[in-house]
Amino acid sequence: MKVLHDVSIEMTEGETVILLGTNGNGKSTLIKTIMGIVPPNQGEIIFESEGVQINLVGKKPQEIVNMGITMVPEGRRLFPQLTVEENLYLGAFRREARQNLERNLSYCFEVFPRLGERRTQLAGSMSGGEQQMLALARAIMSSPKILLIDEPSVGLAPILVSQLMTSIKEMKENLNLTVLMTEQNFSQATKIADRGYIIVHGKIEFRGSNVELSGNELVKQYYLGT
Amino acid sequence: MSQPLLEVQQVFKNFGGFAALSGVNIYVNPGERLGLIGPNGSGKTTMINCISGLLTPEKGKIIFEGNDITQMTPHHRARAGIMRTFQIPKPFNSMTVVENLCIPLEYAAEHKTSLSVAEEEARKILTLIGIEALGDLKPTGLTQVDMRKMELARSLAGRPKLLILDEVMAGLSGSEVDEILEILFKLNEQGITIIMIEHVMRAVLGFSKRISVLNTGLNIAEGTPDEILNNPEVEKVYLGE
Amino acid sequence: MLLFLGAFLITQNFHNQYYYLAAFTVLQYIILSQGWNILGGYTGYVNFGTGAFFGVGAYTSAMIVKTFKIGKSAPFLELPILFIAGGLVAALLGLGLGYLTMRIKGIYFSISTLALAFVTVTIILNIDALGGATGLYIIRPRKIPFFTNYMEFLFLVMVALSIFAVAFARYIENSWIGRGLSAVRDDEDAAECTGVPVLKLKVFATMASSTLMGVAGAAYPYFVTFLEPISTVSLDVGVNSLAMPLIGGTSTWAGPLVGAVLLGIIQQIALVTLSPEYSLLVIGILLVSFVILAPEGIVGLFRKFRASLKK
Repeated sequence: MKVLHDVSIEMTEGETVILLGTNGNGKSTLIKTIMGIVPPNQGEIIFESEGVQINLVGKKPQEIVNMGITMVPEGRRLFPQLTVEENLYLGAFRREARQNLERNLSYCFEVFPRLGERRTQLAGSMSGGEQQMLALARAIMSSPKILLIDEPSVGLAPILVSQLMTSIKEMKENLNLTVLMTEQNFSQATKIADRGYIIVHGKIEFRGSNVELSGNELVKQYYLGT
Repeated sequence: MSQPLLEVQQVFKNFGGFAALSGVNIYVNPGERLGLIGPNGSGKTTMINCISGLLTPEKGKIIFEGNDITQMTPHHRARAGIMRTFQIPKPFNSMTVVENLCIPLEYAAEHKTSLSVAEEEARKILTLIGIEALGDLKPTGLTQVDMRKMELARSLAGRPKLLILDEVMAGLSGSEVDEILEILFKLNEQGITIIMIEHVMRAVLGFSKRISVLNTGLNIAEGTPDEILNNPEVEKVYLGE
Repeated sequence: MLLFLGAFLITQNFHNQYYYLAAFTVLQYIILSQGWNILGGYTGYVNFGTGAFFGVGAYTSAMIVKTFKIGKSAPFLELPILFIAGGLVAALLGLGLGYLTMRIKGIYFSISTLALAFVTVTIILNIDALGGATGLYIIRPRKIPFFTNYMEFLFLVMVALSIFAVAFARYIENSWIGRGLSAVRDDEDAAECTGVPVLKLKVFATMASSTLMGVAGAAYPYFVTFLEPISTVSLDVGVNSLAMPLIGGTSTWAGPLVGAVLLGIIQQIALVTLSPEYSLLVIGILLVSFVILAPEGIVGLFRKFRASLKK
């Protein structure tokens, strides 16, 4: 089965890009391909850092994390039997991250004070909103340059969704991140995005700025409802 | 006015020292569409577990069709017509999707059927939900969304009088939400009473006749979707902005 | 039926006693592993304590032989009585275990079955009426009509019992009961909420499983003629009854059958050519390699092979 077909996207440093498209259209697969979890049949994934271009295809996920690319998986995928703090330490596995461990940890607790209050609680016993915060914080612990976030708002109360988007924006600005995010909640996602892509059946059908997206027929059809 | 199909009266449930439900009241009339909303951790899923029987409340009563079912086992409640989905899908992983549906068809639906009849029935339900192509696959290979559709199909296979949906819309795009809503409206027209727990506002607001709001294990508001949208307390703890 | 007739003809024409002894062991394991698989395979509760149920069946049967001496007056009636009694007592023990499944799952359940086996040994060791540590002698009837030797008759009865065990397991597997057991194994909460009476099915599976084990045990005294707790309620029986279905494949009745026949024969060969220790080692090595390389067992491998042929 062809999940992705001739997909090209690009992000420049400091951008927030959203990936739209109904389920089963390849958004998650694209993120997994960038992370090296799913190998592409064809094509290249180029990461440019300090003037050097590196092709990520064929690299292992851990090598890709080491270059500064981290994913927040759909469904959070925390370690439920470990405490909040232990989950965060596991996010800081790569060498650069270990050097900045204390700084990153205090930053996470600053952005998400709730996690600081609950640092010794088991991750599995927290509510959905707190778990999503932890998943984001864990990704930040690896000192990433690029953050890939898969469906952050699933299962969250509306008030938490807008808080989460604000936190993502705040982290992006403070840490100078580049963010690629898939999201079904169009109106919330466009609040923090610079521009976006629409994937339909594994192909990029539309690309444009926030404003252009809001006026697009596909978006009206899929996201805004009639 | 006829009696409610389901009535939850003053239900309390604690986990250790944590009070998940502190005297919650909910009712749903036959044929009604009730929305149940509230912040994460407000006790909605605990409430559903008490209604379906996986948890027994410390205090309070649960009444279904006029009978007190507070102490009834979950499988008897399923046979009585209370079916539910799970927030985190719980498929039977060793079976195909069709076989997953055969379990409630054989065990919960009123008439005991032969396997071949059950399989045929299962495929009909899959067609209704729009996932007939997945019938012979194992659930482990399904996407999250298909898994949720399978959960919905499996709970329909039990021929529910009361269908309780725990966040079936999570992760669905707008058009997929519309698709599922259309199916749910159709089921409701056929006489199935539905309780919908959902964070996707468009879905709950569009679907429910009446909405009940929980916060920290207590009822804080109840009313039509419009009343709920304009309730200042709901805005403060749930909707934001 | 044909199998049984075949076995009957063999007993009439073939009299090398070693083969009957070896075949008895293999047949015994067919019954034990079918029994184990009903709870361990279909329902997902791994039991290390087969020895306890087997032992309880064996001792029940031995006590009846010693106390009532039915063998002389009604030679053909005696075995069925022994089987029923052995099965019943084991089923009672199974009822207790069944209620245990209500409270504990997974590895904790398995550990408590292991404990059950040790407790059973200790109890038998300390009851003088059961022979204690010295053991019990059971005298095999010397003659039985139509057969040249009692062992040949016992062999034939075991063939019938094995056919019954396989047919019983197969019936459960293909019925609504079997599908309910699979649902219990996959997810107990989801099973309950789709109408499956989880506790009732678990108690049924435990009792059906232990009855088969008890029946297999009931035939054992006449086979060994000397019963002693440590080798009867042994861990070997527990490990074998678990290894055979796992190696054969736990999802279907064919798995334990294939596993028991194959491993039973390999073990008998190893027993004669090498030593008892080696025969257990063979099982150990096979078990580890199957769990790692082919978790669905021989039946699973066979299915994959057939599927790849179709492509």
